[in-house]
Amino acid sequence: MLLWKEFTLEFRNRNALNGIVLYVFSTIFIAYQSFRSVSDVPVWNALLWIILLFSSVNAVNKTFQNDGSGRQYYFYLLADPVAVILSKILYNIILLTFLSLVSAAFYSLVLGNPVQQYGNFILVLLLGSIGLSSLLTMVSAISYKSGNAMGMIAVLGFPIMIPLLITIIKASKGVADGLPFSTYSKYLVTMAGLDILIIALSVILFPYLWRD
Amino acid sequence: MLLMVYAIPMSLIGEVSVQTILHETIRNLYFHVTMWFSMFILFVVSMINAVMFLRSGNLLHDHRSEMYARTSLLFGFIGIFTGMIWANFTWGAPWVNDPQLNGAAITILSYLAYLVLRSSVNDAQKKARLAAVYNIFAFTLMFVLIGILPRINDSLHPGKGGNPGFGSYDLAPAMRPVFYMSILAWTLVGVWISQIQVKIKIQQSKFKSDNI
Repeated sequence: MLLWKEFTLEFRNRNALNGIVLYVFSTIFIAYQSFRSVSDVPVWNALLWIILLFSSVNAVNKTFQNDGSGRQYYFYLLADPVAVILSKILYNIILLTFLSLVSAAFYSLVLGNPVQQYGNFILVLLLGSIGLSSLLTMVSAISYKSGNAMGMIAVLGFPIMIPLLITIIKASKGVADGLPFSTYSKYLVTMAGLDILIIALSVILFPYLWRD
Repeated sequence: MLLMVYAIPMSLIGEVSVQTILHETIRNLYFHVTMWFSMFILFVVSMINAVMFLRSGNLLHDHRSEMYARTSLLFGFIGIFTGMIWANFTWGAPWVNDPQLNGAAITILSYLAYLVLRSSVNDAQKKARLAAVYNIFAFTLMFVLIGILPRINDSLHPGKGGNPGFGSYDLAPAMRPVFYMSILAWTLVGVWISQIQVKIKIQQSKFKSDNI
């Protein structure tokens, strides 16, 4: 139900979604213009995740701002906070997965792609965007409640995002280098664990943020 | 209050046991390692107080949570500086790219972000709630960062990435009690500082509400 509302809301102001996609594309194009071609695998990897990181911050940023205070109050009376946060997280996961797949495809198109194991690479992208989106949803809830959402999300989000990012970058570097699966599977396990941990924490903690 | 009465003599004993030994870099063990131990313990206390605040809504827990976080941040800075001195002697440089060091830096960043969050919200109850949620969130991720990530990466620190831990071979039996005592002593110094800060905070908020 609430998930459906998120989707209809998103399609109603499609310009926001288009804006994010455009943002990613132009960032990738800037990277392309400045690098031309990236032969170095670590640089390729780091650049991809930096682009994805900033676009996901931009995408998730408006999760709570989209709902005006009146509508928030309406949900507050109607819905269970767990349902609210789960629908927001789920929506953001879908959004970011879509965004990361599209931008990774475009990125590989213009900057080349050293990846051999596509299945594993997509797995890393999936796990990474699940983690990033759930963490950023929670952080954007905190920063929305704190009043100045734009500034706070970066300040609060970046430090606690780093453990996740380190694992993501290690895992995707392993994939891009074409190493055997067993050498980086521990990072994938850590990522999956972190994803579950973040979602569980959000479900536990969000009800306290929600009541105002 | 009881804790304070307990802490003052204990901190005096602790300082005696710490100052009887100087020079030789291994003695840094009593400062650097114990700093991190007590920082961690104080962060745990801060986190527990955040949980207690969310359960009870009592602002006293929030004051405690904030002050313990501040004190352990101070300990964190001291820990980093003592670590730099030590690293300069043993590894040849004050800052090396080591997962543990990065973890420490990020921990400090995320708790600085916690303080920024606190200072950006005016309403006391709301501030306390947001800060408590962020505290729990940041602590959990920090635990992953310091506790798990260095173990699956290689680290220069003892006990990580295949290096043997201290204590198994080079910690003289006579150093052991001093080491544990100084962990206890520094922790209690931290508790003592935080208790004083909490008292100041309570008096200030009383003073404010009296004036209103």
